[in-house]
Amino acid sequence: MSETLTRDQIIKPENLVYRRTPLMVDRPLSYCPGCGHGTVHRLIMEIIEELDAQARTVGVAPVGCSVLAYEFLDIDMQQAAHGRAPALATAISRMNPDKYVFTYQGDGDLAAIGTAETIHACNRAENFVIVFINNGIYGMTGGQMAPTTLPGMKASTCPYGRDTAIMGNPLKITELVAQLPGTYFVTRQSVHTPANVRKTKKALRKAFDYSFAKKGLCFVEVVSNCNSGWKMTPVQANQWMVDNMFPFYPLGDIKVPQDAGEKE
Amino acid sequence: MAKLKGAIVIDIERCKGCEVCVGACPESVITMAKGVNGKGYHFAEPTGDNCTGCTNCAVVCPDGVITVYRVKVTV
Repeated sequence: MSETLTRDQIIKPENLVYRRTPLMVDRPLSYCPGCGHGTVHRLIMEIIEELDAQARTVGVAPVGCSVLAYEFLDIDMQQAAHGRAPALATAISRMNPDKYVFTYQGDGDLAAIGTAETIHACNRAENFVIVFINNGIYGMTGGQMAPTTLPGMKASTCPYGRDTAIMGNPLKITELVAQLPGTYFVTRQSVHTPANVRKTKKALRKAFDYSFAKKGLCFVEVVSNCNSGWKMTPVQANQWMVDNMFPFYPLGDIKVPQDAGEKE
Repeated sequence: MAKLKGAIVIDIERCKGCEVCVGACPESVITMAKGVNGKGYHFAEPTGDNCTGCTNCAVVCPDGVITVYRVKVTV
């Protein structure tokens, strides 16, 4: 009878519905509690597990919090100079057209020092996936203002909030690359709720499929929190992100393939 | 009528106590422990027996410390 089912009777290998994918290396992640990086790492590995492509995937790690991504992802990885991940991925995907290639970059890496590489790789329609984690701040180095910092948002180098008259405007690089003819699929997602995590996984899966089919560059932005940099608890940081980041960086597909039908 | 019964196993030494899973649980069967793990975090722990095995907590956990089991029982 159901009422007498004990915990031990449920916890059996045949009843398993979700476990951390074995493609994640069995070691603790170096990220802060509640950081979206861990979720996105796991989503990428789950997709590679679904594609059965562990031996056919090459990732490029950035400089930033996720610089040690190669320590956690059990696939072939390279680690690029600051901002130059798209340049490395270009070479890898051109030399190995039968591989799944992706870069994993933060906003300081992709939208600041690596803007030129990003835009030219997108414009050349290279066949790899860019996973862009946008938390509006330089998290690793202590919460300095990044190109993606919101107007009025406090950071350690703008303690009174970003003044756009002096510090310029935030860069919506995802909208920018969506204008380029080389990008095929451009979307913005988040990982703060289970529903958003599942949507992000679908978007990443599409991106990997499209880039493997040589359709062009696929760009997946994930708006994430940085609770240490924002000086909040993880739950507060997620709420702050919903209240402040999403009005400026609205979630959803920005560029969908024209030939993929209406179901997008 | 079929009913879903679930159970979660949390790797408490890997849990960093971010509490994201607590808010994600539709049945409110995850609480934060009063004790701490080896790193000093108040870890998450399952409570009650209303878990349906929906996997929401495991999907949203940044560190992937939650394993979910589920059975379908007919009442």
